[in-house]
Amino acid sequence: MTELAANDPLPKPKRDVAPILLPIALALLMIPLIGSTSSWLTLTAASLAMGMMIFIMASGLTLVFGLMDVLNFGHGAFIAVGAYVATLVLAPFAASIQADSLWVNLAVLAPAALLSMAVSGALGLLVERVLILPVYGQHLKQILMTTGGLIVAEQMLYALWGPQIIPMPLPSSLRGSFILGDVAIAKYRVLAMLIGLAIFIAIQLVLNRSKLGLLIRAGVENREMVEALGYRIRRLFLGVFMTGSALAGLGGVMWALYREQVHASMSEDLTVLIFIVVIIGGLGSIGGCFIGAILVAMVANYGGFLLPKLALVSNILLMVAILMWRPRGLYAVTSR
Amino acid sequence: MMILSGDPPRSRVLTLVLVVIILALAATPFLFPGAKALNVAAKICVFAALVASYDLLLGYTGSVSFAHTMFYGIGSYAIAIALYGMGSNWAAVATGIAVGLPLAALLALAIGLFSLRVAAIFFAMITLAVASAFQVLASQLSWLTGGEDGRSFQLPELLRPGTVLISKNLFGFEVNGRILTYYLVFTVSALMILALLRVVNSPFGRVLQAIRENRFRAEALGFRTVFHLTYANCLAALVAASAGILNALWLRYAGPDTSLSFSIMLDILLMVVIGGMGTIYGAIIGASIFILAQNYLQSLMGAASTAASEAGLPLLPGLLHPDRWLLWLGLLFIASVYFFPTGVVGRLRNPAGDKSGGSSH
Repeated sequence: MTELAANDPLPKPKRDVAPILLPIALALLMIPLIGSTSSWLTLTAASLAMGMMIFIMASGLTLVFGLMDVLNFGHGAFIAVGAYVATLVLAPFAASIQADSLWVNLAVLAPAALLSMAVSGALGLLVERVLILPVYGQHLKQILMTTGGLIVAEQMLYALWGPQIIPMPLPSSLRGSFILGDVAIAKYRVLAMLIGLAIFIAIQLVLNRSKLGLLIRAGVENREMVEALGYRIRRLFLGVFMTGSALAGLGGVMWALYREQVHASMSEDLTVLIFIVVIIGGLGSIGGCFIGAILVAMVANYGGFLLPKLALVSNILLMVAILMWRPRGLYAVTSR
Repeated sequence: MMILSGDPPRSRVLTLVLVVIILALAATPFLFPGAKALNVAAKICVFAALVASYDLLLGYTGSVSFAHTMFYGIGSYAIAIALYGMGSNWAAVATGIAVGLPLAALLALAIGLFSLRVAAIFFAMITLAVASAFQVLASQLSWLTGGEDGRSFQLPELLRPGTVLISKNLFGFEVNGRILTYYLVFTVSALMILALLRVVNSPFGRVLQAIRENRFRAEALGFRTVFHLTYANCLAALVAASAGILNALWLRYAGPDTSLSFSIMLDILLMVVIGGMGTIYGAIIGASIFILAQNYLQSLMGAASTAASEAGLPLLPGLLHPDRWLLWLGLLFIASVYFFPTGVVGRLRNPAGDKSGGSSH
């Protein structure tokens, strides 16, 4: 280690770029394997769109863990609740959804998404107060309580909406693809990418450029110290939890539109997926979660194209490979 | 006391309840005629062993695994595929056991060793991911597993219902292959539970409890926590796979819904928590309560649902519908984690409700 002179600037923390290069390298590596550039571009766009949606759903989970050491196995419930709530708005306005104007479509979609976020966020408040507050600091009980919460939420959805699959058609102006030469990129995927990117940038700005974000990051690193400095970290955490739940709800709406259907079992399926993402990214790291989501989506898309049989276990293989390389995930934020 | 490994129920009521359950299970073929009662009793036996093996993980080492049904499924599928492929003979049964048990143990070893490399907190998430991948794999490899339909098979001659061992006019009731199969299930399950009781009361079991209470301290005392946890995982997987074998033998079928689905995992969790974590006896109580309720309360729910809809109440018919049975179980589950973390056994042993028995990490 070199000596520092008195007025030298403080050494900056080293930027860890290897994880960022990973998805880029993976995408480039796939060009020769896939062969045709146009299908590669289509697949890459699909991966980015899917990755953004997964990121939106998973970001809350990773922050909640990082900040408060809470493992929420019921996070998937917020996703499904968001999707179901959106049908409340979208079903009565089916005509506006099928109208051929982008603005009319968005005038229905935006309130639906906002309502979903509000309901999921409110549910987050309830879950935090009722299920998580009594078992702070007890991982085993947290897992049990939130798993119970997931069952109850899923069954309530079945009781209220019935067990059938609810169709959720895409608005007509978002159907179809942009055609650039011989590359087709679905319009909805472009929208999903834009929303995901906007949310990622917003989260990064809040975390890195605001006092609130400073407190959250400080809390992730050392909760007791933030508390000792007089900040009510419980309240901060409640805010993060509700935001995370609301984002999960938004992700649920986007995912349901992507699949064009809603079903309560999506909460379980997506729980597994977002767990893999937050494990890969490193619990508590937003950047890791972002890269993890894109990696998972890339493996799913490229894998599904090249080796459809392998696609079933590809996520697990990816997780194993990443954890062999970095046992605490791509970015290890917490010291726990 | 030797047979209980020096760990008696330690409560008069609990002893009484256990004796009643075990006697009732032992005498089911003669006390309660009919196929349904026998099915329920066999399921209680299988799940008591399965839940006891899960208790070894959850209650004694404090690690939450969501892959327990995977091992259960491996046992079920191993025996089903062997009997389906090789015909109904004892060689096929032996092959199923010889393939299924080591496979489960190896997979548990692999998961154990892998999750050692990563943070302990990942264990529950990794097991969930692996189990769901395995479930998808089992339903996709339909040439081997029969896909969503599963595999039905014939049992060896001796265990078939048509085989009459003792005819009716000798004692007044017929002892046939079905009843023999039931006693096979009953005996093996009982032996496995006694073996688990032996394990948790051995010095090895004490180390597991030490790890549950404080992993760092256990490590500092010189115990190889890695070895102990992996070993416990493999043992639990072996018992779970054996329970799966018994279940498949009893049902003469193995499919995703009966042996792999996530809802079985939830059932197991519920039974452990309701019965009492870290007691082994809790498994017997939890499995009995749960399966009796599942089989007999659901029809009550149906009746209540019909009554509610006739009375014109909103929402209630949907909530009371027999398919919504898991909703009430989920609420019961949350309530029992919250109010009775030590479960039925903990309550009976310590009616004052002292919370020191509950594990928190």
